Amino acid sequence: MDIHEYQAKKILSGFGVTIPRGGIVYSPENAENKARELGGSKWVVKAQVHSGARGKAGGIVVCKSVLEVAQAADRLLGKKLVTNQTGPEGKIINRVYIEEATDIKQELYLGLVFDRSSESIMVVASTEGGMSVEEISKKKPETIIRSKIEVAVGMQKFQAREIAFGLGIESKLIARAADTIIGCYRAFSELDATMVEVNPLVISNQDQILALDCKMSFDNNALFRRNQVSELRDKSQENPNEVYASDRGLNYVSLEGNIGNIINGAGLAMASMDMIKLAGGEPANFLDVGGGATPEKIVKAFKLISMDEKVKVILVNIFAGINRCDWVAEGIVQALQKIEIKVPIVIRLAGTNVDKGNKILKESKINYIEANTLEDAANKAVKALGK
Amino acid sequence: MSVLIDKKTKIIIQGFTGKMGSFHAEEMIKYGSNVVGGVTPGKGGMKHLNLPVFNTVKEAVKNTGATASILFVPPAFAADSAMEAADAGIKTCVAIVDGIPSHDMIKIKRYMRRYSKIDKMTLVGPNCAGVISPGKSMLGIMPGHIYKEGKVGIIGRSGTLGYEAAQQLKNLNIGVSTSVGIGGDPINGSSFKDIIEKFEEDNETEAVLMIGEIGGPQEVTAGKFAKENMKKPVIAYIAGLTAPKGRVMGHAGAIVSAYGESAVEKVELLKESGVIISKNPSVMGETVKSALNGKKN
Repeated sequence: MDIHEYQAKKILSGFGVTIPRGGIVYSPENAENKARELGGSKWVVKAQVHSGARGKAGGIVVCKSVLEVAQAADRLLGKKLVTNQTGPEGKIINRVYIEEATDIKQELYLGLVFDRSSESIMVVASTEGGMSVEEISKKKPETIIRSKIEVAVGMQKFQAREIAFGLGIESKLIARAADTIIGCYRAFSELDATMVEVNPLVISNQDQILALDCKMSFDNNALFRRNQVSELRDKSQENPNEVYASDRGLNYVSLEGNIGNIINGAGLAMASMDMIKLAGGEPANFLDVGGGATPEKIVKAFKLISMDEKVKVILVNIFAGINRCDWVAEGIVQALQKIEIKVPIVIRLAGTNVDKGNKILKESKINYIEANTLEDAANKAVKALGK
Repeated sequence: MSVLIDKKTKIIIQGFTGKMGSFHAEEMIKYGSNVVGGVTPGKGGMKHLNLPVFNTVKEAVKNTGATASILFVPPAFAADSAMEAADAGIKTCVAIVDGIPSHDMIKIKRYMRRYSKIDKMTLVGPNCAGVISPGKSMLGIMPGHIYKEGKVGIIGRSGTLGYEAAQQLKNLNIGVSTSVGIGGDPINGSSFKDIIEKFEEDNETEAVLMIGEIGGPQEVTAGKFAKENMKKPVIAYIAGLTAPKGRVMGHAGAIVSAYGESAVEKVELLKESGVIISKNPSVMGETVKSALNGKKN
């Protein structure tokens, strides 16, 4: 789960990381008042959407008067921001963050992620803040510092100091920088995060060390024990069909093609999509109804796919184990009695009681194309597009 | 032979008296697995499915001599149960459950570092279908009847795609020595390399099929290991050609976030290690067949 910049910074500040003063607003009037309240002569108006690269997309505006702040907020609020990470549909700006401007002396990069090879937490830092980490690793790989943290004992002061010295930070600021790095590590480790990225981490002309921008993602599997994090979910930033799916226990990812998929198991779903591509088609989605593929889940899956207007053919591929094909077939028949589907449906059943399952489908009044193998199913789905 | 489990392996069920535990215990017993009891804290002394229930794994091991366990406990308690099994001397533990936090998985693995290699438990999963040595024993939730007894070792992340492979093999009259589901999570108990190593040592396994997917470095690491250490042919299929970068595809671990993690890149890297690639998921069986016949695809 992702959260907004202002939420991430508030979390960091709870772990002793300094952040610029600011506040969230929902209207241009609020924006103007917030700027007055913060005082000073320069502010930054920042669109709160779940995406990086907001600056380049016009989502971050530096303002020199409260009037400009109000105008910037007015321009941004209610609009969709399209960045190179949001896809062409963009993401809605429902709130903007008004922040006092910082006089920047130096911009640094600090990121924390899971390292799957060593199964530890990896801290990545660079003197080239402001660029994305991908850009840094392409253009200035020599500036990258990596430090593996042993999770069982947590980050030690010396490790944070090594990173700080490695970034060339002046001696008088080292202790402060180390505390900042440890603060980010603690936020990662104590809140079940999967990513914390402070970019840029800045040193101001007043020698403050500040988290100017921050992105955080959290482990969905751990949200049950992180109420203060799960409350921060903003569904307006997610694809509506994906929200519908995740609220109903389905794993769904919306894609660009026109062949809708209903499959049990994530690996089989990816494999079926590969077969569609090889057969000359493009999948409209990834959808895993779970290994068990219960009739309830199948009904929900058909409903979800029927909401996607791109879909011109539906491919159902279920490999039944303990859940037998006859049971799955009954689920499919029930679903199609409840939900009207206007596009061709290709169904491939395999596994336990496959003959019984196919018999149930045949004897029902549903209109479908039967397929026997993975390859057969993909070919028939692509062929049905032409009809 | 087979790896991890055979006909004699004594199995206990953790979370025995729950709905899932009871259902799958019965399925395993029906298959012929040597289930000797189970653990549900607070229900020790009871009988369930005509088998003894114990309060702790230590008690169960002491009284039954069990060396393998399977967890049917909710994700929030799974790490605790796995560590309990490791401490009680269980040798192979399968965690079926989907939804264990990554931080908990790291904790389990760190906890197990206290044991010497010989005393260390092999944790399989989580988020997997388990282990089956066809005709001998099933420590999992798969449909046993689709697996034919034989000489191919299977290691896979996905349950149903593993079934697909087993069925393709069966249709070609090829059997399986053991099939191990290592699960779809980013941090898992056993990696592809951990299991492939066991298959190389197993004198009944003649070839190994790895069914991988996008995300993480494990398939490639196993490929490199195979190149340097293995005599048996290794065949691989990597799912997720069409998966977009940066999106989680169902399995928490199926996300492309670095170089070498996409399906195309993994296939290239595996080829460099001499791994035989199944071009698509519908020819996994045939690719194994040609490899067994000594042909390179």
